[in-house]
Amino acid sequence: MSTDATVSLDAFFAAAIAMEEEAAQRYEEFADAMDSHNNAEVASMFRRLAAVEARHADELMAQRGWTALPLLPRIAFEGFEGAETAQADAVHYLMTPWHVLSLALVNEERAVRFFDQLAKSTTDEAVRRAALEFKAEEEEHVALVREWMGRVEKPPVDWAVDLDPPRYTD
Amino acid sequence: MDIAEAPARAPRTAAAYKSSYKPIWCPGCGDFSVLSSVTKALAQLDLAPENVAVVSGIGCSSRIPAYTTCYGFHGVHGRALAAATGLKVARPDLTVLVTGGDGDGYSIGGNHFLHACRRNVDLTYVVMDNHVYGMTKGQPSPTTEPDWDSKLSPGGTGVRAFHPLVIALASGANFVARAFSGDPNGTADIIAQAIRHPGFSFIEILSPCVTFRPEQRDWKDAVHPAPVEATDDPARAARRIMTDDGFNLGVLYMGNRAPYKGYPAPARAGIADLETEFAL
Repeated sequence: MSTDATVSLDAFFAAAIAMEEEAAQRYEEFADAMDSHNNAEVASMFRRLAAVEARHADELMAQRGWTALPLLPRIAFEGFEGAETAQADAVHYLMTPWHVLSLALVNEERAVRFFDQLAKSTTDEAVRRAALEFKAEEEEHVALVREWMGRVEKPPVDWAVDLDPPRYTD
Repeated sequence: MDIAEAPARAPRTAAAYKSSYKPIWCPGCGDFSVLSSVTKALAQLDLAPENVAVVSGIGCSSRIPAYTTCYGFHGVHGRALAAATGLKVARPDLTVLVTGGDGDGYSIGGNHFLHACRRNVDLTYVVMDNHVYGMTKGQPSPTTEPDWDSKLSPGGTGVRAFHPLVIALASGANFVARAFSGDPNGTADIIAQAIRHPGFSFIEILSPCVTFRPEQRDWKDAVHPAPVEATDDPARAARRIMTDDGFNLGVLYMGNRAPYKGYPAPARAGIADLETEFAL
Protein backbone atom coordinates (compact mmCIF):
# COMPACT_ATOMS: atom_id res chain seq x y z
CA MET A 1 0.00 0.00 0.00
CA SER A 2 1.22 3.47 -0.77
CA THR A 3 0.28 6.48 1.23
CA ASP A 4 -2.11 7.69 -1.46
CA ALA A 5 -5.21 9.67 -0.66
CA THR A 6 -7.80 7.12 -1.74
CA VAL A 7 -7.03 4.17 0.52
CA SER A 8 -10.11 2.64 2.16
CA LEU A 9 -10.36 1.74 5.84
CA ASP A 10 -10.31 -2.00 5.05
CA ALA A 11 -7.26 -1.56 2.84
CA PHE A 12 -5.63 0.45 5.60
CA PHE A 13 -6.15 -2.32 8.15
CA ALA A 14 -5.09 -5.02 5.70
CA ALA A 15 -1.89 -3.10 5.04
CA ALA A 16 -1.26 -2.54 8.73
CA ILE A 17 -1.70 -6.25 9.43
CA ALA A 18 0.56 -7.19 6.52
CA MET A 19 3.13 -4.73 7.86
CA GLU A 20 3.12 -6.37 11.29
CA GLU A 21 3.25 -9.88 9.83
CA GLU A 22 6.19 -9.06 7.57
CA ALA A 23 8.04 -7.45 10.44
CA ALA A 24 7.43 -10.55 12.58
CA GLN A 25 8.62 -12.82 9.80
CA ARG A 26 11.86 -10.89 9.36
CA TYR A 27 12.57 -10.95 13.11
CA GLU A 28 11.94 -14.72 13.08
CA GLU A 29 14.42 -15.10 10.24
CA PHE A 30 16.97 -13.13 12.22
CA ALA A 31 16.30 -15.26 15.31
CA ASP A 32 16.83 -18.45 13.32
CA ALA A 33 20.07 -17.08 11.89
CA MET A 34 21.33 -16.12 15.34
CA ASP A 35 20.40 -19.52 16.76
CA SER A 36 22.40 -21.13 13.97
CA HIS A 37 25.36 -18.91 14.85
CA ASN A 38 25.17 -19.62 18.56
CA ASN A 39 24.21 -16.07 19.54
CA ALA A 40 21.44 -17.23 21.85
CA GLU A 41 20.83 -13.95 23.69
CA VAL A 42 20.28 -12.00 20.49
CA ALA A 43 18.20 -14.82 19.02
CA SER A 44 15.95 -14.68 22.04
CA MET A 45 15.50 -10.92 21.66
CA PHE A 46 14.58 -11.22 18.01
CA ARG A 47 12.13 -13.98 18.93
CA ARG A 48 10.51 -11.62 21.48
CA LEU A 49 10.24 -8.82 18.93
CA ALA A 50 8.69 -11.25 16.44
CA ALA A 51 6.13 -12.30 19.03
CA VAL A 52 5.23 -8.68 19.74
CA GLU A 53 4.70 -7.89 16.04
CA ALA A 54 2.70 -11.08 15.52
CA ARG A 55 0.51 -10.22 18.51
CA HIS A 56 -0.18 -6.79 17.03
CA ALA A 57 -1.26 -8.44 13.78
CA ASP A 58 -3.57 -10.83 15.67
CA GLU A 59 -5.10 -7.95 17.63
CA LEU A 60 -5.81 -6.02 14.45
CA MET A 61 -7.37 -9.11 12.86
CA ALA A 62 -9.61 -9.51 15.90
CA GLN A 63 -10.47 -5.82 15.87
CA ARG A 64 -11.75 -6.14 12.31
CA GLY A 65 -13.39 -9.50 12.99
CA TRP A 66 -11.27 -11.12 10.30
CA THR A 67 -10.18 -14.75 10.56
CA ALA A 68 -7.86 -14.91 7.56
CA LEU A 69 -5.99 -12.47 5.39
CA PRO A 70 -4.52 -14.76 2.73
CA LEU A 71 -3.73 -12.18 0.08
CA LEU A 72 -1.70 -9.54 1.81
CA PRO A 73 -1.42 -6.22 0.04
CA ARG A 74 1.88 -4.67 -0.93
CA ILE A 75 3.12 -2.30 1.74
CA ALA A 76 6.38 -0.87 0.50
CA PHE A 77 7.47 2.33 2.22
CA GLU A 78 10.91 3.99 2.03
CA GLY A 79 12.23 0.96 0.17
CA PHE A 80 10.90 -2.34 -1.06
CA GLU A 81 9.32 -3.60 2.14
CA GLY A 82 6.85 -2.64 4.83
CA ALA A 83 7.48 0.31 7.09
CA GLU A 84 8.27 -1.84 10.12
CA THR A 85 10.35 -4.53 8.41
CA ALA A 86 14.04 -4.60 9.29
CA GLN A 87 16.41 -4.56 6.34
CA ALA A 88 17.47 -8.11 5.58
CA ASP A 89 21.18 -7.29 5.68
CA ALA A 90 21.12 -5.30 8.92
CA VAL A 91 22.49 -8.10 11.09
CA HIS A 92 25.84 -9.57 12.07
CA TYR A 93 26.55 -12.86 13.81
CA LEU A 94 28.35 -11.04 16.64
CA MET A 95 25.73 -8.36 17.16
CA THR A 96 24.68 -7.55 20.70
CA PRO A 97 21.33 -6.80 22.38
CA TRP A 98 22.07 -3.08 21.97
CA HIS A 99 22.28 -3.58 18.19
CA VAL A 100 18.96 -5.43 18.22
CA LEU A 101 17.30 -2.51 19.94
CA SER A 102 18.95 0.00 17.61
CA LEU A 103 17.53 -1.96 14.70
CA ALA A 104 14.08 -2.09 16.29
CA LEU A 105 14.22 1.66 16.91
CA VAL A 106 14.90 2.38 13.23
CA ASN A 107 11.92 0.22 12.27
CA GLU A 108 9.54 1.78 14.78
CA GLU A 109 10.57 5.28 13.74
CA ARG A 110 9.93 4.38 10.12
CA ALA A 111 6.47 3.13 11.09
CA VAL A 112 5.76 6.48 12.77
CA ARG A 113 6.68 8.29 9.54
CA PHE A 114 4.50 5.92 7.54
CA PHE A 115 1.35 6.53 9.58
CA ASP A 116 2.11 10.24 9.80
CA GLN A 117 2.36 10.51 6.03
CA LEU A 118 -0.79 8.45 5.60
CA ALA A 119 -2.73 10.63 8.03
CA LYS A 120 -1.64 13.71 6.15
CA SER A 121 -2.41 12.37 2.68
CA THR A 122 -5.74 10.58 3.13
CA THR A 123 -9.04 12.22 2.29
CA ASP A 124 -11.00 9.65 4.32
CA GLU A 125 -11.68 10.83 7.86
CA ALA A 126 -11.93 7.31 9.31
CA VAL A 127 -8.58 6.38 7.77
CA ARG A 128 -7.03 9.59 9.06
CA ARG A 129 -8.22 8.88 12.61
CA ALA A 130 -6.96 5.30 12.44
CA ALA A 131 -3.60 6.41 11.04
CA LEU A 132 -3.17 8.96 13.83
CA GLU A 133 -4.06 6.30 16.40
CA PHE A 134 -1.51 3.91 14.94
CA LYS A 135 1.07 6.65 14.75
CA ALA A 136 0.58 7.32 18.45
CA GLU A 137 1.04 3.61 19.20
CA GLU A 138 4.23 3.49 17.19
CA GLU A 139 5.49 6.55 19.03
CA GLU A 140 4.88 4.67 22.28
CA HIS A 141 6.94 1.80 20.89
CA VAL A 142 9.73 4.20 20.01
CA ALA A 143 9.73 5.48 23.58
CA LEU A 144 9.71 1.94 24.97
CA VAL A 145 12.64 0.87 22.82
CA ARG A 146 14.61 4.00 23.78
CA GLU A 147 13.93 3.29 27.43
CA TRP A 148 14.99 -0.34 26.97
CA MET A 149 18.20 0.79 25.24
CA GLY A 150 19.03 2.84 28.29
CA ARG A 151 19.14 -0.35 30.34
CA VAL A 152 21.35 -2.27 27.92
CA GLU A 153 25.10 -2.07 27.80
CA LYS A 154 26.54 -0.35 24.76
CA PRO A 155 28.86 -2.60 22.75
CA PRO A 156 32.61 -1.94 22.71
CA VAL A 157 34.04 -0.45 19.54
CA ASP A 158 35.62 -3.77 18.58
CA TRP A 159 32.42 -5.78 18.97
CA ALA A 160 32.72 -7.24 15.45
CA VAL A 161 36.32 -8.39 15.85
CA ASP A 162 36.53 -12.18 15.89
CA LEU A 163 39.96 -13.61 16.54
CA ASP A 164 38.78 -16.98 15.34
CA PRO A 165 36.40 -16.09 12.52
CA PRO A 166 34.27 -18.79 10.98
CA ARG A 167 35.10 -17.59 7.50
CA TYR A 168 38.16 -15.81 6.16
CA THR A 169 40.15 -15.79 2.99
CA ASP A 170 43.76 -15.63 4.18
CA MET B 1 -20.64 -34.74 6.57
CA ASP B 2 -21.92 -34.04 3.10
CA ILE B 3 -19.22 -32.79 0.80
CA ALA B 4 -21.34 -29.79 -0.04
CA GLU B 5 -21.35 -28.86 3.64
CA ALA B 6 -17.60 -29.21 4.10
CA PRO B 7 -15.99 -25.92 4.92
CA ALA B 8 -13.84 -24.49 2.14
CA ARG B 9 -10.13 -25.02 2.77
CA ALA B 10 -8.34 -21.83 3.69
CA PRO B 11 -5.73 -20.85 1.12
CA ARG B 12 -2.22 -21.86 2.11
CA THR B 13 0.05 -19.22 3.58
CA ALA B 14 3.78 -18.90 2.99
CA ALA B 15 4.41 -20.56 6.34
CA ALA B 16 2.92 -23.80 4.97
CA TYR B 17 5.92 -24.17 2.68
CA LYS B 18 8.63 -23.48 5.25
CA SER B 19 10.19 -26.48 6.99
CA SER B 20 11.35 -26.55 10.60
CA TYR B 21 15.02 -26.64 9.58
CA LYS B 22 16.80 -23.39 10.34
CA PRO B 23 18.94 -22.02 7.52
CA ILE B 24 22.65 -21.93 8.25
CA TRP B 25 23.34 -19.01 5.93
CA CYS B 26 25.30 -16.06 7.26
CA PRO B 27 23.06 -13.51 8.97
CA GLY B 28 22.16 -10.87 6.40
CA CYS B 29 22.53 -13.22 3.42
CA GLY B 30 20.15 -12.44 0.57
CA ASP B 31 19.16 -16.09 0.32
CA PHE B 32 16.91 -15.75 3.40
CA SER B 33 14.71 -13.38 1.44
CA VAL B 34 14.76 -15.59 -1.64
CA LEU B 35 13.51 -18.48 0.50
CA SER B 36 10.77 -16.18 1.73
CA SER B 37 9.92 -15.23 -1.88
CA VAL B 38 9.75 -18.87 -2.96
CA THR B 39 7.31 -19.69 -0.15
CA LYS B 40 5.23 -16.57 -0.89
CA ALA B 41 5.07 -17.48 -4.59
CA LEU B 42 3.91 -21.01 -3.81
CA ALA B 43 1.29 -19.55 -1.47
CA GLN B 44 0.12 -17.16 -4.19
CA LEU B 45 -0.42 -20.15 -6.45
CA ASP B 46 -1.84 -22.22 -3.55
CA LEU B 47 0.06 -25.30 -4.73
CA ALA B 48 0.00 -28.37 -2.51
CA PRO B 49 3.54 -28.85 -1.14
CA GLU B 50 3.42 -32.52 -2.11
CA ASN B 51 2.90 -31.49 -5.72
CA VAL B 52 6.02 -29.35 -5.81
CA ALA B 53 9.63 -30.50 -6.05
CA VAL B 54 12.60 -28.25 -5.34
CA VAL B 55 15.81 -29.50 -6.92
CA SER B 56 19.26 -28.05 -6.31
CA GLY B 57 22.95 -28.61 -6.78
CA ILE B 58 25.72 -27.55 -4.40
CA GLY B 59 26.43 -24.23 -2.74
CA CYS B 60 24.96 -21.95 -0.09
CA SER B 61 21.79 -21.25 -2.07
CA SER B 62 21.42 -24.90 -3.01
CA ARG B 63 20.40 -25.64 0.55
CA ILE B 64 16.92 -24.28 -0.12
CA PRO B 65 15.15 -27.65 -0.69
CA ALA B 66 15.69 -28.62 2.94
CA TYR B 67 14.11 -25.40 4.12
CA THR B 68 10.83 -26.05 2.33
CA THR B 69 8.08 -28.58 3.00
CA CYS B 70 8.01 -29.56 -0.67
CA TYR B 71 9.73 -32.62 -2.06
CA GLY B 72 13.42 -31.85 -2.33
CA PHE B 73 16.46 -33.18 -4.12
CA HIS B 74 19.83 -31.79 -3.08
CA GLY B 75 21.89 -33.19 -5.90
CA VAL B 76 25.33 -33.15 -7.44
CA HIS B 77 27.25 -29.94 -8.10
CA GLY B 78 26.02 -28.32 -11.31
CA ARG B 79 23.63 -31.14 -12.13
CA ALA B 80 20.41 -29.80 -10.66
CA LEU B 81 18.97 -29.03 -14.09
CA ALA B 82 19.72 -32.52 -15.36
CA ALA B 83 17.98 -34.12 -12.39
CA ALA B 84 15.07 -31.70 -12.62
CA THR B 85 14.65 -32.31 -16.35
CA GLY B 86 14.36 -36.03 -15.75
CA LEU B 87 11.93 -35.49 -12.91
CA LYS B 88 9.66 -33.16 -14.87
CA VAL B 89 9.57 -35.39 -17.94
CA ALA B 90 8.80 -38.44 -15.80
CA ARG B 91 6.32 -36.61 -13.56
CA PRO B 92 4.79 -33.77 -15.58
CA ASP B 93 2.12 -33.36 -12.93
CA LEU B 94 4.68 -31.91 -10.50
CA THR B 95 5.67 -28.25 -10.36
CA VAL B 96 9.46 -28.37 -10.46
CA LEU B 97 11.61 -25.53 -9.17
CA VAL B 98 15.37 -25.60 -9.59
CA THR B 99 17.47 -23.47 -7.27
CA GLY B 100 21.16 -22.71 -7.02
CA GLY B 101 23.91 -20.18 -7.27
CA ASP B 102 26.03 -18.62 -9.98
CA GLY B 103 28.96 -21.01 -9.54
CA ASP B 104 26.80 -24.10 -9.54
CA GLY B 105 24.66 -22.93 -12.44
CA TYR B 106 27.01 -21.09 -14.75
CA SER B 107 30.33 -22.83 -14.21
CA ILE B 108 30.05 -26.40 -13.02
CA GLY B 109 26.57 -26.65 -14.50
CA GLY B 110 27.10 -24.28 -17.42
CA ASN B 111 26.59 -26.91 -20.06
CA HIS B 112 23.36 -28.10 -18.46
CA PHE B 113 22.18 -24.50 -18.27
CA LEU B 114 22.54 -24.02 -22.04
CA HIS B 115 20.75 -27.22 -22.88
CA ALA B 116 18.00 -26.80 -20.32
CA CYS B 117 17.20 -23.47 -21.99
CA ARG B 118 17.33 -25.15 -25.41
CA ARG B 119 15.13 -28.10 -24.42
CA ASN B 120 12.51 -25.82 -22.88
CA VAL B 121 11.15 -28.34 -20.39
CA ASP B 122 8.55 -26.72 -18.10
CA LEU B 123 10.88 -25.85 -15.20
CA THR B 124 11.47 -22.70 -13.18
CA TYR B 125 15.16 -22.07 -12.58
CA VAL B 126 15.99 -19.62 -9.78
CA VAL B 127 19.63 -18.56 -9.61
CA MET B 128 20.79 -16.61 -6.57
CA ASP B 129 23.67 -14.68 -8.05
CA ASN B 130 26.18 -13.09 -5.67
CA HIS B 131 29.15 -13.09 -8.06
CA VAL B 132 31.22 -15.29 -5.74
CA TYR B 133 31.66 -18.83 -4.45
CA GLY B 134 30.55 -18.23 -0.87
CA MET B 135 30.49 -21.74 0.52
CA THR B 136 34.11 -22.40 -0.44
CA LYS B 137 35.30 -19.08 0.98
CA GLY B 138 35.21 -16.45 -1.70
CA GLN B 139 36.67 -17.55 -5.00
CA PRO B 140 35.63 -15.60 -8.12
CA SER B 141 32.71 -17.13 -9.99
CA PRO B 142 31.67 -16.80 -13.64
CA THR B 143 29.73 -13.60 -12.89
CA THR B 144 32.49 -11.95 -10.86
CA GLU B 145 33.65 -8.65 -12.23
CA PRO B 146 37.09 -8.97 -13.91
CA ASP B 147 38.66 -6.35 -11.65
CA TRP B 148 37.33 -7.67 -8.31
CA ASP B 149 40.42 -7.66 -6.13
CA SER B 150 40.55 -10.28 -3.39
CA LYS B 151 43.15 -12.32 -1.57
CA LEU B 152 42.23 -15.28 -3.72
CA SER B 153 42.40 -13.30 -6.97
CA PRO B 154 44.87 -10.45 -6.44
CA GLY B 155 44.19 -7.68 -8.92
CA GLY B 156 41.13 -9.49 -10.22
CA THR B 157 40.84 -12.35 -12.67
CA GLY B 158 40.88 -10.12 -15.73
CA VAL B 159 38.28 -12.44 -17.22
CA ARG B 160 35.07 -11.08 -18.73
CA ALA B 161 31.98 -11.85 -16.64
CA PHE B 162 29.38 -14.31 -17.89
CA HIS B 163 26.07 -12.68 -18.91
CA PRO B 164 23.46 -15.24 -17.82
CA LEU B 165 20.36 -13.43 -19.05
CA VAL B 166 21.50 -13.01 -22.61
CA ILE B 167 22.94 -16.54 -22.66
CA ALA B 168 19.57 -17.88 -21.46
CA LEU B 169 17.76 -15.90 -24.12
CA ALA B 170 20.10 -16.99 -26.90
CA SER B 171 19.84 -20.60 -25.77
CA GLY B 172 16.05 -20.68 -25.92
CA ALA B 173 14.70 -19.97 -22.42
CA ASN B 174 11.01 -19.13 -22.68
CA PHE B 175 10.90 -16.65 -19.78
CA VAL B 176 13.76 -14.46 -18.63
CA ALA B 177 13.63 -12.17 -15.60
CA ARG B 178 15.85 -10.39 -13.13
CA ALA B 179 14.90 -9.90 -9.47
CA PHE B 180 16.49 -8.65 -6.26
CA SER B 181 16.45 -10.47 -2.94
CA GLY B 182 15.90 -7.18 -1.10
CA ASP B 183 12.48 -6.96 -2.76
CA PRO B 184 10.95 -10.22 -1.52
CA ASN B 185 7.38 -9.39 -2.56
CA GLY B 186 8.38 -8.31 -6.05
CA THR B 187 10.54 -11.41 -6.36
CA ALA B 188 7.66 -13.62 -5.21
CA ASP B 189 5.46 -12.15 -7.94
CA ILE B 190 8.10 -12.88 -10.58
CA ILE B 191 8.59 -16.46 -9.34
CA ALA B 192 4.82 -17.06 -9.42
CA GLN B 193 4.67 -15.64 -12.94
CA ALA B 194 7.58 -17.85 -14.00
CA ILE B 195 5.91 -20.97 -12.60
CA ARG B 196 2.70 -20.16 -14.45
CA HIS B 197 4.51 -19.53 -17.74
CA PRO B 198 4.95 -22.73 -19.77
CA GLY B 199 8.43 -23.89 -20.72
CA PHE B 200 11.81 -23.13 -19.21
CA SER B 201 11.68 -20.03 -17.03
CA PHE B 202 14.88 -18.46 -15.84
CA ILE B 203 15.10 -15.92 -13.01
CA GLU B 204 18.37 -14.30 -12.10
CA ILE B 205 18.06 -13.02 -8.53
CA LEU B 206 20.70 -10.60 -7.33
CA SER B 207 21.30 -11.94 -3.82
CA PRO B 208 24.11 -10.21 -1.91
CA CYS B 209 26.83 -12.18 -0.13
CA VAL B 210 27.41 -10.03 2.94
CA THR B 211 30.43 -12.07 4.02
CA PHE B 212 32.65 -12.08 0.95
CA ARG B 213 31.08 -9.25 -1.06
CA PRO B 214 29.91 -6.76 1.59
CA GLU B 215 29.89 -4.00 -1.02
CA GLN B 216 26.85 -5.74 -2.52
CA ARG B 217 24.78 -4.24 0.30
CA ASP B 218 24.71 -1.21 -2.00
CA TRP B 219 22.71 -3.13 -4.60
CA LYS B 220 19.54 -2.00 -2.86
CA ASP B 221 20.32 1.54 -4.02
CA ALA B 222 21.27 0.46 -7.54
CA VAL B 223 18.32 -1.71 -8.54
CA HIS B 224 15.28 -0.23 -10.28
CA PRO B 225 12.22 -1.53 -12.11
CA ALA B 226 12.71 -2.23 -15.80
CA PRO B 227 11.31 0.82 -17.60
CA VAL B 228 9.50 -1.28 -20.20
CA GLU B 229 7.06 -4.20 -20.29
CA ALA B 230 8.21 -7.73 -21.07
CA THR B 231 8.46 -8.50 -24.76
CA ASP B 232 7.96 -11.71 -26.73
CA ASP B 233 10.47 -10.57 -29.33
CA PRO B 234 13.84 -12.16 -28.52
CA ALA B 235 15.80 -9.66 -30.63
CA ARG B 236 14.29 -6.72 -28.75
CA ALA B 237 14.81 -8.48 -25.41
CA ALA B 238 18.45 -9.17 -26.30
CA ARG B 239 19.09 -5.53 -27.13
CA ARG B 240 17.55 -4.44 -23.83
CA ILE B 241 19.46 -6.97 -21.77
CA MET B 242 22.78 -6.30 -23.48
CA THR B 243 22.49 -2.56 -23.02
CA ASP B 244 20.99 -2.27 -19.54
CA ASP B 245 23.01 -1.53 -16.42
CA GLY B 246 22.59 -4.97 -14.89
CA PHE B 247 20.14 -3.71 -12.28
CA ASN B 248 16.88 -3.63 -14.25
CA LEU B 249 14.32 -5.67 -12.33
CA GLY B 250 11.32 -7.40 -13.83
CA VAL B 251 10.27 -9.83 -16.50
CA LEU B 252 12.37 -9.04 -19.54
CA TYR B 253 11.22 -11.71 -21.98
CA MET B 254 8.16 -13.96 -22.23
CA GLY B 255 8.29 -16.27 -25.23
CA ASN B 256 5.61 -18.52 -26.62
CA ARG B 257 7.58 -21.61 -27.59
CA ALA B 258 5.80 -24.86 -26.74
CA PRO B 259 7.56 -26.74 -23.91
CA TYR B 260 9.25 -30.07 -24.50
CA LYS B 261 7.25 -32.84 -22.87
CA GLY B 262 9.27 -35.93 -23.71
CA TYR B 263 8.10 -39.07 -25.41
CA PRO B 264 4.89 -40.84 -24.40
CA ALA B 265 5.54 -42.97 -21.32
CA PRO B 266 6.44 -46.57 -22.17
CA ALA B 267 4.62 -49.44 -20.49
CA ARG B 268 5.70 -49.50 -16.87
CA ALA B 269 8.28 -52.19 -16.06
CA GLY B 270 7.61 -54.43 -13.09
CA ILE B 271 10.09 -55.38 -10.37
CA ALA B 272 10.66 -58.74 -12.04
CA ASP B 273 11.55 -57.04 -15.32
CA LEU B 274 14.06 -54.83 -13.54
CA GLU B 275 15.60 -57.78 -11.69
CA THR B 276 16.00 -59.61 -15.02
CA GLU B 277 17.56 -56.58 -16.67
CA PHE B 278 20.10 -56.04 -13.90
CA ALA B 279 20.84 -59.70 -13.13
CA LEU B 280 24.57 -60.43 -12.99
